[in-house]
Amino acid sequence: MLSRTADNLYWLARYVERAEYLARILEVTQRLTTLPLSYAGSSNEWESALATAGCAHAFSVLYPEASEEAVSDFLCFSSANPSSIRNCFELARSNARAVRTALTVEMWDAINGAWLELKRFGNGPSSREEFLRFLRWVQENSLRFDGSAYRTMLRNDAYWFSRLGVYMERADNTARILDVKYHMLLPAHERVGGPLDYFQWAAILRSVSALTAYHWVYRDSVKPWLIADLLILRDEMPRSLASCYQNLVLYLDHIAHAYGRQGPAQRQARAIRARIENSRMDEIFQTGLHEFISEFITDNNRLGVSISEQYLI
Amino acid sequence: MVLAFDEMKAADGTVRPAYGELASWLAGVPPDVLDFRRREAEVLFRRIGITFAVYGEADAQERLIPFDVLPRILSASEWDILRSGLEQRVTAINHYLRDIYSRREILKAGIIPEDLVFRNPVFRPEMNGQKVPYDIYVHIAGIDIVRIDAHTFYVLEDNARTPSGVSYMLENREIMLRLFPELFARHHIAPVENYPDELLAALNSVAPASSSADPTVVLLTPGVYNSAYYEHSFLADKLGVELVEGRDLFVRDELVYMRTTQGSKRVDVIYRRIEDDFLDPLAFRPDSALGVPGLMSAYQAGNVTLANAVGTGIADDKAIYSYMPEIIKFYLGAEPILKNVPTWRCREPEHLSYVVEHVEELVIKEVHGSGGYGMMIGPQADKGTVAAFRAKLKSNPRNFVAQPTLALSTCPTCVDEGVAPRHVDLRPFVLTGRDRIRIVPGGLTRVALTKGSLVVNSSQGGGTKDTWVLDR
Repeated sequence: MLSRTADNLYWLARYVERAEYLARILEVTQRLTTLPLSYAGSSNEWESALATAGCAHAFSVLYPEASEEAVSDFLCFSSANPSSIRNCFELARSNARAVRTALTVEMWDAINGAWLELKRFGNGPSSREEFLRFLRWVQENSLRFDGSAYRTMLRNDAYWFSRLGVYMERADNTARILDVKYHMLLPAHERVGGPLDYFQWAAILRSVSALTAYHWVYRDSVKPWLIADLLILRDEMPRSLASCYQNLVLYLDHIAHAYGRQGPAQRQARAIRARIENSRMDEIFQTGLHEFISEFITDNNRLGVSISEQYLI
Repeated sequence: MVLAFDEMKAADGTVRPAYGELASWLAGVPPDVLDFRRREAEVLFRRIGITFAVYGEADAQERLIPFDVLPRILSASEWDILRSGLEQRVTAINHYLRDIYSRREILKAGIIPEDLVFRNPVFRPEMNGQKVPYDIYVHIAGIDIVRIDAHTFYVLEDNARTPSGVSYMLENREIMLRLFPELFARHHIAPVENYPDELLAALNSVAPASSSADPTVVLLTPGVYNSAYYEHSFLADKLGVELVEGRDLFVRDELVYMRTTQGSKRVDVIYRRIEDDFLDPLAFRPDSALGVPGLMSAYQAGNVTLANAVGTGIADDKAIYSYMPEIIKFYLGAEPILKNVPTWRCREPEHLSYVVEHVEELVIKEVHGSGGYGMMIGPQADKGTVAAFRAKLKSNPRNFVAQPTLALSTCPTCVDEGVAPRHVDLRPFVLTGRDRIRIVPGGLTRVALTKGSLVVNSSQGGGTKDTWVLDR
């Protein structure tokens, strides 16, 4: 398979995953900001959304203040933001177009249909209701694309590279949420927050679509240290760092097996997974959640570079 | 102007045999059904992603070529004439190219003026004395044909470089099969879907002798911004070969490789859809970012086959076109089966004076123009344009040829007013391999959708039709 084709497939999957993630964050932020201040706290949630999306700096260059309108526009429709939802769809489609031959008709339909339909939303929705519909629409299209890939692609290197894109992006996204919100996820012996924090915790779970999953896993009310446990260590939680790395190792192994050669990417992925597997939440809290997450983000980026060097260029 | 030949109906209103079934079906079909099928076709095309970029229109990067749902029909006997004429013409073109780049007997015989070849920018001195596998230069040709009356087909233009349009031939048929299964059941229509197989067989057959028994074929595209990119990806998919860009290939020790996820892989045959000029920045245009540095050295070493060969432009150049009947006679010793459109070469003084006097009646073409650009249709041009072309003719006559305004045949076509005759042409695709010539019955029919218009080019608002060759 051409390196460029693999690269296009990988980024196609990443951009679709990123668009979905941005839509989730915005949906959750909107929900939080509609709560009375006494429930949600006084922090500016829109700033936090920018930080979670990893583009606070780019935003601050262009706008004086993180208002709802400015942040929504920046994250959804702005052409100045290379990672806005619109740009994600644009980039996803141009990657798809470059590898039409490697996609199934269903995948092409999903991404091309979404791209065509995106024009319907013009330069942004006119009301909050429509904005919410837009965010839902983004998530549905991501689901449709992901489902099409899962149900129709041959299980060969094209599929594996596309899955690598999904899990690299997902691991990065989950880690970013944790990075921005780590100060709320305190260990059990620290002061337990009042009802005020509950909504923040719920919001974190919602942004990775894990609120219901949380209850099924822990059968307990929402506790911050359990949220951290769920998002970092739990294999069964599809957006956890553990689960992402289980999949990354799996698909990198498929590739190595098919090509008959292991490389730095395989070794690095296994090392990161081993670190997660051998960690316990209380240890992570002890050495510092923030440090753990920062290190993870650096490692994850480094794996991205290795995958690229080994296969994509 | 003479009345155009209507392919469905004779002057007295009787329906020609090939169109019998279609005419009776058309007579019975309610207009809203046709309209519905039209819209259905549009949705299908947009979903499938057939798009065609039109140069010069900023926001039209992905405009659809209009598709007409009524087929153009050729009888088996008409096709037999076309097929044998196409085989003859392409065979002669390959003989001619080998001659031009080796012994040049046709020049020595004084049949073609030397300067038309040697001073022509599409002539490639790099190809002098260069051996190409099995002496095949043009593996894929698209020959543009127009029809004037019941018996006369003219070749309007030869495309021997990187002819496009075959994806529309294939997709049009797929769409028609979905939209009109009942019409297919009522006819015996020769299939076209085997074109990719035939193309692959032709490409495999010309692999360099040094390649393995299972040669690696790739399709080289200029990239997603090229107007025919859709076709490139479509064909690569149907052929089951990699669609590569210049940056995916590299040359080492005069061998061509592609960069894959498993390291480098040797490439044997390149079906290239990049013009000569951009193939290799070391040999041709140094500013080309589309090509592969060193590709020509590998080609000259005989380690890779390019389809089509480098330098085939000297066969389809408009300046050479008018000599094609002589070329056929010279190499094959036979009369051309398909005629040329009578052509005045403005480089010859007596031709020029005739052309200058009759500008309003003629079609004037720039020798190096293509795609409907740089041409003027005299009877349809305004005074200013005519005057401008007359001035251009006088100042640089060598740059022009002129032809009579042909009354291109018409086919019934769905337009806003209903079903009406519109002018059409035909581009069949001729594949030349080591073993034989392959032509899939039919080709791409292009139709000028505007009433009275003779310009069928998609870049100028023309549309396409499915082309049916009846099996009997």
